Amino acid sequence: MTTTISGPQPEASAFAEISQETLALTRRLFVQLQRRPSTLVAGVLQPLIWLVLFGALFAKAPAGLLPGGISYGRFLGAGVIVFTAFSAALNAGLPLMFDREFGFLNRLLVAPLRSRSSIVFASVLYITTLSLVQSLAIMVTAALLGYGWPGGAGLLLVLVTLLLLVFAVTALSLGLAFALPGHIELIAVIFVANLPLLFASTALAPLSFMPSWLGWLAALNPLTFAIEPIRAAYAGQVSLTAVVLEAPYGQLNSVTCLGVLALLAAGLFLLIRPLLDRKLT
Amino acid sequence: MERFESVIELLQLCKRYGGKKSATAVVALDNLSLQVPAGSLYGLLGPNGAGKTTVLRILCTLLAPDSGRVRIGGVDALADPRAVRRLLGYVAQEVAIDKILTGRELLQLQGDLYHLAPAARNRRIDELIELLGMSDWIDRRCGSYSGGMRRRLDLAAGLLHSPQVLVLDEPTVGLDIESRAAIWSVLRHLRDDGTTVLLSSHYLEEVDALADHLAIIEAGKVIAEGAPAALKAALGGDRVTLRVREFSDAVEAERVRSLLHDCAGVLQVVVNRAQGYSLNLVIVDDSVVENLRRQLAAADLPVFALAQSRPSLDDVYLQATGRTLMDAELEVAGSRDPKAERKASM
Repeated sequence: MTTTISGPQPEASAFAEISQETLALTRRLFVQLQRRPSTLVAGVLQPLIWLVLFGALFAKAPAGLLPGGISYGRFLGAGVIVFTAFSAALNAGLPLMFDREFGFLNRLLVAPLRSRSSIVFASVLYITTLSLVQSLAIMVTAALLGYGWPGGAGLLLVLVTLLLLVFAVTALSLGLAFALPGHIELIAVIFVANLPLLFASTALAPLSFMPSWLGWLAALNPLTFAIEPIRAAYAGQVSLTAVVLEAPYGQLNSVTCLGVLALLAAGLFLLIRPLLDRKLT
Repeated sequence: MERFESVIELLQLCKRYGGKKSATAVVALDNLSLQVPAGSLYGLLGPNGAGKTTVLRILCTLLAPDSGRVRIGGVDALADPRAVRRLLGYVAQEVAIDKILTGRELLQLQGDLYHLAPAARNRRIDELIELLGMSDWIDRRCGSYSGGMRRRLDLAAGLLHSPQVLVLDEPTVGLDIESRAAIWSVLRHLRDDGTTVLLSSHYLEEVDALADHLAIIEAGKVIAEGAPAALKAALGGDRVTLRVREFSDAVEAERVRSLLHDCAGVLQVVVNRAQGYSLNLVIVDDSVVENLRRQLAAADLPVFALAQSRPSLDDVYLQATGRTLMDAELEVAGSRDPKAERKASM
């Protein structure tokens, strides 16, 4: 096919080329963050406000109301961590959409990228890193408020969980940025998805508080699968096979939760792949 | 038959915008075929809306045609777009830069997307900074750049990987004379070094000054093609613009027209209402001019201005389309929907 081309050097390995593309695109995102730090400042402040205000809202809940008899503040930490990462990932498509609208994306599209998946990988790296910084801020604040500390193994669990969730949601958001007509539509989707997914999860209240239809929704919500392993770590539980959630359809442990998230990430990534190669007419 | 090596071959491209419904669809390309000789500086000339940008976007693999074939450097662009992307540099019409990056950072990013090794990438960037005279401002953020600076940066970005083919969409629109001259000179050097350069323009003088080959595109079709000199020579004759008074009226213009129409050596006389009822003549050669003056004097008509010239590209355009490029521009300007086009080009 490429017989008559003269000049270009023989192809380097796919891994080397994809890493070069991914790192270059990631660097751009971090340079933007460094020179426009307001995103970072707001991104760290917002979950802290959530934590303090929401924690105070239910501070007088009767002791023993929550499973395991933990305080609401301790219960809430995992929810805020996951929701913060989820929101950031859900918004990942917005900068890409603006790149598309301003024509910057065309630079990427006319370049011989080994794989346009590099665009997804760069966003995942960036948002996961950002989420970890946010999560650390949340965890430190939670510890200062007396809500506990998940410990070293817990931190590792937070990292893995967030990586899987961010990968899945970022892939979805970037796919939408390629598929939807413009930023207005993308913002509309983000707006509609964001808070309902929060409320229909176990971030703010346990399943036992919910009517059964909502309980079913929450038990199927990907956010719940990310929240419960982290919450278990906060409760001092380190075993990956211990039950973390009594879902209406059965018991879930951390391994199942992470497995579901991994499947979701792989599935969404495969689903949006064709969109990246679409000719944008 | 002489056979030149063509580096870009477009065969019967069709493209329509605006979906399946034929009522709202706009035909952008209508069986357009084009061959660009290797190593040439090729100009696509045509009014706004003629389909130039669509052709270039298809070449750059940003857009798929509805039908037709695209081969670049012998590679089928529709089957193997990535091979084409490696061969090709593209400088878009609307320069999109990341305001927060410096020019150098943008070039580094672009170099990585073309998989240049870091050392070679930085060397090449320094070369291009030198070539395009960007050293004073390349480390400032792009947000502070003027139009000319952005365009030069974008040209550098298109040249980073030393492409065999450079494609530019209206490279000097809205630029100051200095930036325009700088870009022209770079394009000429590239051509001399063996790069094939394809540019679109609706400036006649730009294509005339730069291109060794050109195609005139109108309504998605190629209506004339060849070297500028050959196209002009093929028209034959000289052009004369005549004004008997600074401002004539229709009656007088018509009287002069019928007087000169039968003059020996006059091929054509047209009254140009848009230019204060001046007369545009096509004559066989120089000797006819004296004859014209004698005829006018005999009829007691003054001569305010009489200008003679060889056929220009505008005359080529006029001959091919029946109107001047400027008329075509004005016509198109009223019938376009810039918003919809912007959306379609995203």
